[in-house]
Amino acid sequence: MSATATGGIDCDLHPAVPGIAALVPYLEPQWAEAVAQRGVHDLEPTSYPLRAPLTSRPDWRTAGAKAGSSPAQLGAQALDAFGSRAGILNCLYAVTTLFSEDMAAAFARAVNDWLAAEWLDVDKRLRASIVVPIQSPQLAAAEIERRAADRRFVQVLLPCLADQPLGRRSLWPIYEAAARHGLPIGIHAGSTYRHPVTPVGWPSYFTEDYVNQAQGFQTQLTSLVCEGVFSKFPMLKVVLIESGFTWLPAYLWRLHKYWRGLRMEIPWVDRPPPDIIREQVRFTLQPVDAPMEGDALLRILDQVGSDDLLLFSTDYPHWQFDGQDALPPLLADSLKAKILIDNPFATYPRLKEDFA
Amino acid sequence: MARHVIAPASALPPGERLVAEVAGRKVVIFNLDGAYFGLFGRCPHQGGDLCLGRTTGLVEAGAEPGEYSYTRRGEILRCPWHGWEFDIRTGRSRAEPARVRAKTYDVEVKSGAELFDGPYQAETIVVSIEQDYIVVQA
Amino acid sequence: MNMELPARPKPGSAIVRPTIADCDIHPCLAKPSDILPYLPKRWQDHAMTYGMLPRHGYQSGPAYPKGQPDAARLDSWPPDGRPGSDLSFMQAQHLDANQVELGIMTVIAPAAGAAQNLDYSAALARALNEWQVAEWASKDSRLKASIVIPYEDGAAAAAEIDHWAGHDAFVQVLLLSRTAEPLGQRRYWPIYEAAQRARLPVGVHAFGYGGYPVTAGGWPSYYIEEMVGHSQCCQALLTSMVIEGVFERYPGTRMVLIEAGLAWLPSLSWRLDKHWSRMRDETPHLRRPPSEYIRDHVWLTTQPMEEPEKRKHFHDIVEWIGIDRLLFATDYPHWDFDDPLWAVPVKLDEAARQALFLDNAKALYGRA
Repeated sequence: MSATATGGIDCDLHPAVPGIAALVPYLEPQWAEAVAQRGVHDLEPTSYPLRAPLTSRPDWRTAGAKAGSSPAQLGAQALDAFGSRAGILNCLYAVTTLFSEDMAAAFARAVNDWLAAEWLDVDKRLRASIVVPIQSPQLAAAEIERRAADRRFVQVLLPCLADQPLGRRSLWPIYEAAARHGLPIGIHAGSTYRHPVTPVGWPSYFTEDYVNQAQGFQTQLTSLVCEGVFSKFPMLKVVLIESGFTWLPAYLWRLHKYWRGLRMEIPWVDRPPPDIIREQVRFTLQPVDAPMEGDALLRILDQVGSDDLLLFSTDYPHWQFDGQDALPPLLADSLKAKILIDNPFATYPRLKEDFA
Repeated sequence: MARHVIAPASALPPGERLVAEVAGRKVVIFNLDGAYFGLFGRCPHQGGDLCLGRTTGLVEAGAEPGEYSYTRRGEILRCPWHGWEFDIRTGRSRAEPARVRAKTYDVEVKSGAELFDGPYQAETIVVSIEQDYIVVQA
Repeated sequence: MNMELPARPKPGSAIVRPTIADCDIHPCLAKPSDILPYLPKRWQDHAMTYGMLPRHGYQSGPAYPKGQPDAARLDSWPPDGRPGSDLSFMQAQHLDANQVELGIMTVIAPAAGAAQNLDYSAALARALNEWQVAEWASKDSRLKASIVIPYEDGAAAAAEIDHWAGHDAFVQVLLLSRTAEPLGQRRYWPIYEAAQRARLPVGVHAFGYGGYPVTAGGWPSYYIEEMVGHSQCCQALLTSMVIEGVFERYPGTRMVLIEAGLAWLPSLSWRLDKHWSRMRDETPHLRRPPSEYIRDHVWLTTQPMEEPEKRKHFHDIVEWIGIDRLLFATDYPHWDFDDPLWAVPVKLDEAARQALFLDNAKALYGRA
């Protein structure tokens, strides 16, 4: 990375809960007790098999511990190594996949308490997304209320694939609470597996699962737009995290085309969907689903039609690139600066308060 | 541009449409409560025949997403192909009024007596002084 | 009276139309009972009593009500019957008017392969194939048929393909996109084996209902979401075909994605390459990068053609996919019809135009 391309905000870091025992001190007594009495397993998300190559770069693994479970290592390997001034922790512990909404709410509280005590208190460069029990929008909104005063929580985290498409009105209490507190909604790759992880059925391979996350994000963006989330919450920003972004132009063209003929079905979408998305949706950088040689990426960015959309990320410790190659080399320096600094600050006002 | 006499006014009651060939182009004419509007018969998108489109009202959002308001019944024309909505009064597309519009024509009603004073083209129509006529400027 | 109410649109006489191939035309039964003469009595009775049993809540009509009646152009309703049901009407309005030299029929309604009763599925497929021959392909030599198959029953589907293999009317095997499992999975392999044996392309047309929600995040509310969502469904099934190794196992497979759009293909190819490469150890049966399998085995019909905000970007898509992979289609008589004169957003050079509009189809469907 060039000397100018530093000091960025890493908008997608993954702290790993070392084991369920690590959360026990943060659980209310009956839940702490339940972990022991019922033998509750470690809630490692199926979306990232622990030893799959994607889940961690080899040089970011430590024998005997989960990748990303050490704040010191994350600080060194993710922040120091890339010259980042701050980073946002997106904890993917599979709280949102539980069927009991009460258990999910309890574990969400515990994860957020654990993040605050063992990460945010320890490394002042770290910020976090609020983990919420999407299973119950009311309980999720309550957790947002609980956390919002701690300004080190900068976003509300949702999984990409849940029970209902994310634009559905039953979820709006979450968006209402987030919007009221000026918090973006961060939608992260991964499924709760309520439905097959592809829209045409259960796949055979994890490779398919992961590739299909991009398609999942596409249908979720359609839902958010068509249900009117952006009309109802005009100040809300939605960040698609670890979604890929090179699919965006073709997607925008198709959605725009159909909206022009079917506007009557969704009249609250009162301007072209690409305009809405450019204004209110952002994308973390990794993975960059494009060849690194040649001009394909630059042409895609030209098609995207905005420099405001990308937010720097390493996706640590997931293995999306080698060495220091977090930023595609062919990007202009001015665009790199936007991706590293300006766009994250514009998206996360709480970050700007502390790190600008 | 010339003023073309198309048909007697009685041929186009309120709420109906009339299709005419004017200066070599197909024009669809509407009578909205006594006001007359003309649109070029080809959709600006891919050339669908607007003369065959259904009219509808203006569907808008109510106070919240999920709520609808329905006004201006019969004043929106949908292309019979991709369903793009055009405001009959202005020709503008409802989805993108600044960017997309169907070509419009000025349409008026003139009395037979006025027509005799010219200049009007009435190639195939016999004009009677007692009737009113639809005139399209093209 | 200087007035005219045309029964159907006429082409502008000043516009010269070269001949084209249309790789997605939907002939339709004028009324549901028109299929009965082609069914054995046992299945006639079944059709009249139990019928198709759709995987959604009401007996007739699609799960998501359409944007126009029958999802058809309003001007495509013949005097009697549903859009696409009248050959002479179709000839005048479309085949003649648009200079269609080669028309590939895809019968998606009734969706025989989606029938939950697999025996009925097979009977209905056979009936629709015989109907295509009797009432369409034998009456207009421009029209070629796709073999409708009971795709959820691999053995029965292969038998139906074997039955029609070599018949001049049939140029393709037809699948729908939303199946019980992703189309790359082994329950469907007998279909690819039979298609390869018959040297027929496998056309996968958007739609069908396999039983799962139409997105991986649940059922959306709106028809527009379903329509946009076909892109994601087709991306998923193509991913399955590649990752399951169908193209490795059946190297003669030529797959046509019909009515999926096209602009999404390059980014999917790149994503597949990147993550297949990272997790190569999961798929040892794949010997080449996904993008190479796609390049060698996949074609796309162009409808519904994406409409780039800046038209020139369409050139990027054509370049990345390869002009030789693209097959023009109108989707006549559906409402999101692509008009051959106006649908392509850029001016193609003559060689590219000829390839996209005719020659690719003639080569693929063996009519060159």
